[in-house]
Amino acid sequence: MVTPNSELAYNSKIEGEVVVTRADAVINWIRSNSVWPMPMGLACCGIELMGVGGSRFDIARFGSEVMRFSPRQSDCMIVAGTVTYKMASVVRRIYDQMASPKWVIAMGACASSGGMYRSYATLQGVDRILPVDVYVSGCPPRPEALLDALMTLQNKIRKEPATRNLLRAQ
Amino acid sequence: MPTEFNFPDTAAKNASAAPRVAVARGDSAQLPPQEFEPERMSLSMGPSHPSTHGVLRIQMELDGEVVTEARPVIGYLHRGDEKIAENMTYNQFVPYTDRLDYLAPLANNMAYAIAVERLAGLEVPERCQAIRVITAELARISAHLIGLGAFGIDTGAWTIFLYTFTEREKLYRLFEELTGARFTTSYTRIGGVARDLPEGWTGRVLEFCDQFLPILEEILSLLTRNKIFMDRTVGVGVISKEDALSYGLTGPNLRGSGVAADLRKDRPYSGYERYEFDVPVGSTGDSYDRYLVRGEEMRQSVRIIRQAIEQLPGGDWYARDARRIFAPPKDKILSSMEELIQNFMIVTEGPQMPAGEVYFEAENPKGALGFFIVSKGGGVPYRLKIRAPSFCNLSILPKVCAGAMISDVVSILGSLDFVMGECDR
Amino acid sequence: MPANADILPTLQAQFPQASVRPSADHPALDVPASDLLALMRTLRDTHGYDLLTDVTAVDWGAQRAGRGTGASGSVALSAANAESAAQPRFTAVYHLYSTTAHDYLRVAVACTGDDDAPSVPSVTSLWAAADWHERETYDMFGIRFEGHPDLRRILMWEGYPYYPLRKEFPLAGIETEWPDADVAAETRISVKPAPMAGGPFVASSGTMNLSEAEPRAKDESWNEVSEKPQSPA
Repeated sequence: MVTPNSELAYNSKIEGEVVVTRADAVINWIRSNSVWPMPMGLACCGIELMGVGGSRFDIARFGSEVMRFSPRQSDCMIVAGTVTYKMASVVRRIYDQMASPKWVIAMGACASSGGMYRSYATLQGVDRILPVDVYVSGCPPRPEALLDALMTLQNKIRKEPATRNLLRAQ
Repeated sequence: MPTEFNFPDTAAKNASAAPRVAVARGDSAQLPPQEFEPERMSLSMGPSHPSTHGVLRIQMELDGEVVTEARPVIGYLHRGDEKIAENMTYNQFVPYTDRLDYLAPLANNMAYAIAVERLAGLEVPERCQAIRVITAELARISAHLIGLGAFGIDTGAWTIFLYTFTEREKLYRLFEELTGARFTTSYTRIGGVARDLPEGWTGRVLEFCDQFLPILEEILSLLTRNKIFMDRTVGVGVISKEDALSYGLTGPNLRGSGVAADLRKDRPYSGYERYEFDVPVGSTGDSYDRYLVRGEEMRQSVRIIRQAIEQLPGGDWYARDARRIFAPPKDKILSSMEELIQNFMIVTEGPQMPAGEVYFEAENPKGALGFFIVSKGGGVPYRLKIRAPSFCNLSILPKVCAGAMISDVVSILGSLDFVMGECDR
Repeated sequence: MPANADILPTLQAQFPQASVRPSADHPALDVPASDLLALMRTLRDTHGYDLLTDVTAVDWGAQRAGRGTGASGSVALSAANAESAAQPRFTAVYHLYSTTAHDYLRVAVACTGDDDAPSVPSVTSLWAAADWHERETYDMFGIRFEGHPDLRRILMWEGYPYYPLRKEFPLAGIETEWPDADVAAETRISVKPAPMAGGPFVASSGTMNLSEAEPRAKDESWNEVSEKPQSPA
């Protein structure tokens, strides 16, 4: 598949089937096109999340159709729905179980800020317990908005210093 | 973070471990007896998606693979709707009803609006009633579709989900045209609906119905005589008539157990008495019966929608004489001082209600959704209790899961078709 | 109007302490807590009310103490007042439905005991459905259902110190400890009141009436049906 990645280049001066690139570019290229979501479908937004997985909006076009219900196998947690205080610890524990590198999309008003549930039982934004990469507005967001968030996340991933992070982790 | 892989020394472990496979035939007396002692353990399912139905947790005590005790833990989606209602005018609460049973918001909207109208002693015009019936039945179809799709996933049939979601997308288009939102519709108002039907919308609904029925048959035919599906549902999760009543089950789950209770027939509201439809009833009360009941209900909903559109009366789509309750049309608000004041008051103070207590239940896709409203007058309810069908339907889980296998629990959950937004409120 | 209104005299004859409760729709009864179980059993066994659809409660406390009801962000936890002895603060409300006669009946019971620990008898022995309903009512109001086999919180987490649907409890909530110690230690977070930004911006139930303040709104001589008369000549 051809991506708009100018750093990945075929150099005719080098013999053989060799492509010259930077490690960052190729790692991020791979990562950004296979973001496996952890669908944290908590409430209404979870239904739109299922809709995105359905045939009309087809999240598979962005390499993210592999909804993994196991946190160990997923890269991006999509927090879709109202996070209550009772559920928040569970969300955090699941996030802790995900393998690095990992990202979080806060889908919808409730996950982003508590939304219309300003009440005693609702966590006012999942960013109080998790680092959120992309916020999606809407109650619930349209599927297109979630796809846009996914593309935003992909762009973000492509800018990461992946090699440096890897070396630092060693 | 550095990752370490500690591969256990498999060879050494294999040498020391006892043989894992017991000899089934032969001299079994040589085997120590505890090899066959069933293992007791506790298993916590959820709250992150025990099946495809949201945040429910079930703590199970297992005897081998048999569930001896199941304790559902709910409340993971408790958002404080009832407390919020006490701090909102009646109209402001309408969007929150969307998010109760978020698979069928239009039906919730209607149930809530009728409850408040009962309090006000208000009768809405026939056209408004018919519009509400059409939307509620479309919502029923969409809710049962997702119930079916999720049930399919629970029992290992992923295809069903794709089929049902394709149909739901068509419904979303209709909802969006009517209400401006895909499924958080907030369409009803106290004393009417938000706006009249768009031009040609009923025709598109009929078109949907025409193409939907053959597809529904196709979807159902993928499951109804499917060997795997039947093995996982027939005779699984049997709920007797007595248990169903004792646990307060309603809706398809109660009808699946053979009680022909349908509030649309028994206590008709919103003009349901004008339409002909059948109430499907199960015979044994197992998961398969509940599935069959839902399938048939969708056909009946199509029947109701067709009749409602055919008989759709003209006239007003909101109660004209309810000037303390329903805001006047926009052109009047913008051109006349009195209507502007009236609109201002309805928005700031809420629709004016008399003091009193009402309880109204509507036959929602999941069962009887009830609203108990205590009013002291004014525009804000003093107490609003939501009687959620999923809450009652789930309370039978300990009873029905005891003695089932683990994998049956998933099938039972799918067949009970609950939604946690409504259960926890 | 209710078709089964004639059930009330029958029941009153049997339970002389019961009185008819004002209701806008279904027939309703007030019974003392001591009669509740016997009445419910009669209703289920001889009158055909086989479905217990709902159990809930109403907190009259704030109103009897003369406070506004909602909308206030202030925390006032001392709800005990002299009046409450005469008029119990909590009323438990039951809704029964008959799947054969298709009728509803409302039964209201004034809770006994003081405001901190009100109680009513449990009806779990009659309907299994009461189990969760009563747990929820306990969770939200702190009403103890005597004889309930397993009266724990159901919606809020175990150990939550307040009863959210009591009138003095603010909508925004009260700062408390995080339910799980390990996550709290990791994220250094606690349960905080929701930001209200001065809201919710509504009139509260039955207190303010703008139509008193705006005389032109009181004019009932016209509505959308009968057109407004042109400006007076």
